[in-house]
Amino acid sequence: MRLSAKARENIAGWLFVAPVILILGLFMLLPILMAMWVSVTDWNGQGSPFKSGVPFVGLDNYTKLFAEEGLTRQDFMTSVRNNIYYVGIVVPVQTILALGLALVVNSRMLKGKTFFRAAFFFPSVTSSVAISVVFLFIFASSGAVNNLLAFFGVQGPQWFADARGILHLALDAAGLVNADSPPAFLMSGGPFGLSWWEWLAGPSVAMSTIMLLVIWTTSGTFMLMFLAALQDIPVTLEEASMLDGAGRWKRLRFVTLPMLKPTLFLVLTMGIISTWQVFDQVYVMSQGAPGKTTLTPAYLSYTQAFDNFEYGTGTAISFVLFAIIVLFTIVQRWLLRERNA
Amino acid sequence: MAAVRADHGARTVASTFVGYFILVFFALVFIYPFVIQLSASFKTESNAALNPLNPVPDPFVTDAYHKVFLSTDMPLWLGNSLIVTIAITLGRVLLDSMAGYALARLRFKGRKALFGAVIAILAVPGVVLFIPKFLVLKQFGMYDTYTALILPIIADAGGVFIMKQFFESIPRSVEEAARIDGAGPWRTFWSVVLPMGRPALITLTIISFQSSWNELPHSLVSVQSPDLYTLPRGLAVLVSGSLGSGNQYPLKLGAAVLATIPVAVLFVVFQRYFVRGANEGADK
Repeated sequence: MRLSAKARENIAGWLFVAPVILILGLFMLLPILMAMWVSVTDWNGQGSPFKSGVPFVGLDNYTKLFAEEGLTRQDFMTSVRNNIYYVGIVVPVQTILALGLALVVNSRMLKGKTFFRAAFFFPSVTSSVAISVVFLFIFASSGAVNNLLAFFGVQGPQWFADARGILHLALDAAGLVNADSPPAFLMSGGPFGLSWWEWLAGPSVAMSTIMLLVIWTTSGTFMLMFLAALQDIPVTLEEASMLDGAGRWKRLRFVTLPMLKPTLFLVLTMGIISTWQVFDQVYVMSQGAPGKTTLTPAYLSYTQAFDNFEYGTGTAISFVLFAIIVLFTIVQRWLLRERNA
Repeated sequence: MAAVRADHGARTVASTFVGYFILVFFALVFIYPFVIQLSASFKTESNAALNPLNPVPDPFVTDAYHKVFLSTDMPLWLGNSLIVTIAITLGRVLLDSMAGYALARLRFKGRKALFGAVIAILAVPGVVLFIPKFLVLKQFGMYDTYTALILPIIADAGGVFIMKQFFESIPRSVEEAARIDGAGPWRTFWSVVLPMGRPALITLTIISFQSSWNELPHSLVSVQSPDLYTLPRGLAVLVSGSLGSGNQYPLKLGAAVLATIPVAVLFVVFQRYFVRGANEGADK
């Protein structure tokens, strides 16, 4: 029996995509469904989570994160706080740095473009674990950074042991509060089981080293994206604005930046998505210490499951994280649509 | 008029100077940590601790590397990483380009929906899958095997997307000639289209190699036996495990150098494909 050409193409198409469908279905879609089940149970890792003996707990694992007083909520909210500061600082800084570097590298008067581009990009292709080891060495208490600071007469902190929040330190330095005995009205009350004082800690000194590391490794990739976009701006457009007498800043403000807007949004979105997922660096450098100030939801979900055998809580945390990321992506898309219209 | 021009010239010189200053400063910031890493791995332990900034190891010793190979499981980790990385890279290049080709060129029912699914999967953040992957591997009885390290990530939505974009960009005429000569879809794909896809295939090979060589979390959730540790996993254990027993920085940094070298070499040779990969990633 001969099949028609159309039927043959149909079969060929499905055969070509079959392996990928199988892999992605079995190892992405199916696991997510299984995890949804686990997140409403109290499974402890013994045997299969689908056996009848596994206790069903409904939404308990989720309410424990938000509504129930206890260590779980305390840890989760601390991790959320840490990650909010982390996202809030890393994303703008890496975006501005990437844009700035791209503008300088792209400038027509400078030579050695290829070299500088490679130098800025190289950190982002290397192993996050290897880089974390390097930063552990560089930020060690008598390490390179503190040596450099000492050269300028500054005594550097014990980076990885320092749980003090940067915002606390800044408020203290400004004379607004005394960090050793914070004002009572900030100590009492506050949303989700953390006091206002704790919410206002800012990233700890230890977390700052991780933020520096991540800014340092990701700026290069984003710089490349800005560079590609800059090279797409027609030269005639710049020349026209030069003839119109626009100075450098005006040109940047009214010609270049508007053309870069789509890339800027893309970089911000990708930045937010990836900073909410910070894991490798925490795993290698700090494991959440000191004082839980480098704990992040991604890392907490991992330890809840694999160290504490509370798989239900762990999966619940990862779904909440999923929701946070989706929410941010939707908001970004929506903002982008508004601007395009 | 001349004054204006002279002023303009001076400003150009000044801004060129500032431009180079910024570039050189940041180049140092981005590269010097690697210089420190490399030199410290050839220092004695006390020298590494005393002069961390000095780029010249004095005395120059290779003790750290002897120790890495003789007293840690480095040979095992390197071997495992090679096996896993090569398998994943080959798998991704083949499977992703097959799927990419079908989605770009073959007309079959459900193609649009499938492509939509690929895009949706691209949006799933990796950290969300840690525990789910572990669950499914346990359920299938694959946990703690080489299969667990390789199979779940042997195809990826990002690669499919890149290949689809690429196949859409090449002209149809060549394929049609092959079709008219009576070649079936597989023959057309394998001996006509794929050879034309060299640039995209190199890009995909490189980003697959780089990402699977550096992969840590997948190893954490798919295996537990030290015999199956890949290099990033072994390195992570080496670093966190020896915190109590002195610092041993030259040893750790030497191990980190070994983890960095393969990708660094690829980067030097194939830099333009890395750049392409980064920008293709952006098109998603």
